Amino acid sequence: MDWVNGIVQGVLVGGLFALFATGLSLIFGVMRIVNIAHGDMIIACAYLAFTIIQLSGLHPLVSLLIVIPIASLVGYLLQTAILNRTLGKDILPPLLVTFGLSIIVQNGLLEVYSADSRRLAAGPIETGSFPLARGIDIGYLPLLTFLTAVVVVAGLQFVFYRTEIGRSFRAVSDDPETSQLMGLDNRKVYGLAMALCLAVVAIAGVFLATRSNFDPFMGPSRLIFGFEAVIIGGLGNLWGTLVGGVILGVAQAIGAQIDPGWQLLAGHIAFLVILAIRPEGLFPRGAR
Amino acid sequence: MSDVLLEIRDLDAFYGDAQALFLLSLALKRGEMLALIGANGAGKSTLLKSIAGLVANKRGEIKFQGRSIVRRHAFEIVAEGIALVPEGRKLFTSLSVEENLRLGGKVRRSGNWSLDAIYELFPVLKDKRNVPATLLSGGQQQMVAIGRALMSNPELLLIDELSLGLAPLVIKDIYDLLPKIVQNGLSAILVEQDVTRALRVASRFMCILEGRVSLEGKPADFSRDQVTAAYFGT
Repeated sequence: MDWVNGIVQGVLVGGLFALFATGLSLIFGVMRIVNIAHGDMIIACAYLAFTIIQLSGLHPLVSLLIVIPIASLVGYLLQTAILNRTLGKDILPPLLVTFGLSIIVQNGLLEVYSADSRRLAAGPIETGSFPLARGIDIGYLPLLTFLTAVVVVAGLQFVFYRTEIGRSFRAVSDDPETSQLMGLDNRKVYGLAMALCLAVVAIAGVFLATRSNFDPFMGPSRLIFGFEAVIIGGLGNLWGTLVGGVILGVAQAIGAQIDPGWQLLAGHIAFLVILAIRPEGLFPRGAR
Repeated sequence: MSDVLLEIRDLDAFYGDAQALFLLSLALKRGEMLALIGANGAGKSTLLKSIAGLVANKRGEIKFQGRSIVRRHAFEIVAEGIALVPEGRKLFTSLSVEENLRLGGKVRRSGNWSLDAIYELFPVLKDKRNVPATLLSGGQQQMVAIGRALMSNPELLLIDELSLGLAPLVIKDIYDLLPKIVQNGLSAILVEQDVTRALRVASRFMCILEGRVSLEGKPADFSRDQVTAAYFGT
């Protein structure tokens, strides 16, 4: 039963990995930016929530009502003021700039918040759970995280394939020259994509911070989990990204069952195996 | 108000480091259809792209409805009422036929063109509205590209290589529809490899040779030999 329980918990953690990953996938899909600072943005949002909660006493999940708009605005400004200047035929400049951004965010957080690890207290739902079967307890918070990931993916899917702004995202991604002939200002479209990405990043940051301790240098490893989920699921496929997160979560859970020290290693091995067998991921774009 | 819709004066345009257009001037009246002819690499596409705002590196003046657009961005120019049907169609690959058309209407200029009007003009597109645009035949893709441009309700339609790569029968169909496309006083500049066909539909033509105007006027005023000489520079 321990195994089954481990796998169920792994599935739920997969939701958190999917939250790390969808923003990454979105940004790469729309403007071919590999955002090295993505994980640090998640942690920065966790700290933003931390400060807002300290000032206002709000519940972490309620604080999202403030964190999401601030993060989105910062995302829009970051894209239009800095990242748009790095875009071009060469993929190296955005890589270097987001790498630098990653270092700046980490050290900025260290300067402001110190290296102490923090946590957002979510109250009773943090530890509460209900029994699903004998030996399998579902925690409210992990379940909520997973359901949120499903809602986020469904919401992004809707935005991408059913709305005007989603059409604009896809058009700019398909052909950034012709899209201008439709009256689209690519720079603004990119800004909106980054704003949407940061909204998801804010959600990921707050759920991460209610689940585990965080410190200023946790970003890069979240970035790796996000990357792995995206690649496993297949680039450009949002539901695939969710499945990728779940596979990563389950692999880690199985590894942890074998030996607690194997948790992370098992996740990376699962990723490498899938990369070796299906380099395009399990559900590449076009197979939707 | 003058009836000159588009006025280009002394336009130099550059494609990379190479100069593609040299001191080119042109005046287009409202309702006119101008055929732009010339050999490959003469600068026809560069001229259309310069008007549409896709060539940034240029000198000179381009006025549309009396206002200078030479320094405006492509996305602003379409809102002014100039739509380009690009060479090679350039449909959005991840969008369906209808999504491509809807995106064309994004600038929301008022006018007669709507989804329904496009489907009436090209009934075959209505059945394929939810099909990815790139799965269509070449002729149908050209219809989408034209429809997408019309959806912005332009005053001036720029068509780059209308018939390139299409079957002769399809070309005839599209040319037969051309009068309906340019109805209601729409002006057009048509770049076309098929000189005979272009001169038949156009009210005026301009031949470009190595980035300079080599001949212009009404098709009826020139012999076939004169046009050929201007075309090849012999």
